[in-house]
Amino acid sequence: MSVKKLDAKGETRFQRYIASVKYAKHVIFHPFDGFWDLVHEKRGSLMAAHTFLALFLITYILRLMYTNFQFITAPIQYINIYEQCASILLPFIIICISNWALSTLFDGKGYFKDIYMALCYALVPYFLIQLPLVLISHAISFDEFAYYNVLAGISVIWPVFLVFVALMQVHDYTPGKAIIFLFVTIFGALVILFLILVFFSLLSDAAAYFVSLYREIVFRLH
Amino acid sequence: MKSLARVLTVFLAFVMLLPSFAAFASEDGNFTTYTYNYDYWQDEIEMPDAYRVEQVIYSSTLGLETPMNKPESLYIRDSFIYVADTGNNRVLEIERQGKEFVLTRIIDTIYGAMPSNLVAPSDMFVDENGTIYICDTGNQRIVKADKDLNFLMSFTKPQDTTFDQGDFLPSRLVVDVSGRVYTLATNVNKGLIKYEADGSFAGFIGANPVTYTMAEYIWKTFFTSKAQRAQQVAFVPTEYSNIAIDDEGFIYATNAVFSEYDLIWDNAKPIRRLNSIGNDILVKNGWLPPIGDIYWEEQSIEYGPSKFRDITVLENDIYVAFDRTRGRMFGYDSQGILLWAFGTKGNVEGTFTGAASIEHMGRDLYCLDELGCTITVFKPTDYGNLIFEATDQYLKGDYDESADTWRKVLKLNANYNLAFIGIGRALMRQEEFEEAMEYFKMAYDQENYGRAYRYYRKEKIEGNIGWIVAVLAVLLIVPLIIRRIRNMKWEVQEYERKKAGR
Repeated sequence: MSVKKLDAKGETRFQRYIASVKYAKHVIFHPFDGFWDLVHEKRGSLMAAHTFLALFLITYILRLMYTNFQFITAPIQYINIYEQCASILLPFIIICISNWALSTLFDGKGYFKDIYMALCYALVPYFLIQLPLVLISHAISFDEFAYYNVLAGISVIWPVFLVFVALMQVHDYTPGKAIIFLFVTIFGALVILFLILVFFSLLSDAAAYFVSLYREIVFRLH
Repeated sequence: MKSLARVLTVFLAFVMLLPSFAAFASEDGNFTTYTYNYDYWQDEIEMPDAYRVEQVIYSSTLGLETPMNKPESLYIRDSFIYVADTGNNRVLEIERQGKEFVLTRIIDTIYGAMPSNLVAPSDMFVDENGTIYICDTGNQRIVKADKDLNFLMSFTKPQDTTFDQGDFLPSRLVVDVSGRVYTLATNVNKGLIKYEADGSFAGFIGANPVTYTMAEYIWKTFFTSKAQRAQQVAFVPTEYSNIAIDDEGFIYATNAVFSEYDLIWDNAKPIRRLNSIGNDILVKNGWLPPIGDIYWEEQSIEYGPSKFRDITVLENDIYVAFDRTRGRMFGYDSQGILLWAFGTKGNVEGTFTGAASIEHMGRDLYCLDELGCTITVFKPTDYGNLIFEATDQYLKGDYDESADTWRKVLKLNANYNLAFIGIGRALMRQEEFEEAMEYFKMAYDQENYGRAYRYYRKEKIEGNIGWIVAVLAVLLIVPLIIRRIRNMKWEVQEYERKKAGR
């Protein structure tokens, strides 16, 4: 009996997940309304956000590796997939953190979960456009580069606009404040990066100190 | 056991030393040198030698009583080699007779000239009739003499207000087919000085445009007082380092004074091809502009960009520039694509300490070292000749033969992009687009690949138009039918419900 009950619960969860994924369509076409409901009416889900982030990463890699060489020539012999993923994920997480941390100074209303979710939803147009573009790149020639460029441009500008709207709606900001906050967030991210570097260099110095202390003792003992 | 170990050690040491020998002596005993090219990723790709040293001409080879002293320049007309032996106030004329080099004349006097002795001649030019033009730098003139060295005329300091330099010190010259003289003079930065055939001054051509950055301009206009401005270094155009003339009368000029930053953005233009009004018309279709080395050997005393000292133009507009920084020769084709680069600094055969001048006789390269006082003769290898031939055949329109030659090149060097492109082009002419695409892809040639792909796509679509129409029709019609069926079902259900409701 209990198995059946779990199944039934899983089913509703799954349905809720599907609904939150489908909700992305509303978010990207009606961002103002969409982002508000996403966080305030609990229309989005964390699982959906994770999915979008993963899709974004996969698209990023596929784009590098499988776009026709007429449009993108990545030095595949030098590319490390883990490095590429980290180069996307780390800045993304740092920006989320800096945004969340600074929102207290700027009277933001968003929780960390909301910020992360909204930013993930904002990435949706990128892979919706870029994934088909990988296929299209094999069907068009170098002279039709302009079409490729326009689509690729849209796939970047659209998410940037969505990020801006997301900040406005999640934190309940006016447009002017959202723009300022966007720059402040980037600055905050740089500060976090700097602190991380300082922390690790100090840590390695400290470690080196203990290692040399140990060596000195061992040397004296023998 | 011990002796065995010793033998092994010696053997291993020998094996380890082998590569360093291999770099300088090939199987056939000829001196070889490190030859390379750049691939699409701008990595250096080693390749077979395009040129090898055939002979090195020393003062002793020529049987000179006083050895050469700071020779500055070379000139070659047919089988005659002229050397400006600047330090000894003379010009040497050497004839190549088969494999031998024979000193035929020592030119130090022009009969009937005032003064008749040459002083520090730095360059010369000989036209088809044997008329010789010499940059007689020490006497501040260019002398023109017939083939028996009888004085014809001299070109002297221009009597013109635009020429405001004190001394007239001509250093390099070329003469076009109608006898107009173009010369570079020390301390003149307005470009080349041009004389008409009758000796009258015809102005300057091809001055380097003055370049400055936006920041410099703003700083100079708004943040400096007049007194400061007077103290500052003026923005002046730079001087060319050398000139050469090709068969069509275009002047190739090299420029060795520029900032490293300008080089990367191709503002420095170290190699130029000047037309008659002095505009640069050099074709640059390569991934990199013709700037020589892109890696400058960091942490070396020779660090820095390539500084071209001289240039020579071979057949089919292939030009070779001679770099002073690392003693290298860079061969570019008419499209500005690097064919090969080789050479290095040093004191053994085929290396240079003071690269000064380069000329060609047929496809052979003659390189003058002003510190070593030697002339090194480089002869193209089979591989080098194949590259020349393939280019030649393509430009003549023998595309199929050119492709065959490129295939031979590929057998010797499978990393040669130009060969892939050459074969691809020939295949495209034979309408084998799919294969052509493959070759272009291997060379990362996006433009040609796109062209081939367009034809390929057209061919495919035209060949399968029936299928495409059929599939499209099915895709359009099937949903229509489905919708129809659904509608019918719905109507039936509705009807039955109404019936039941009643």
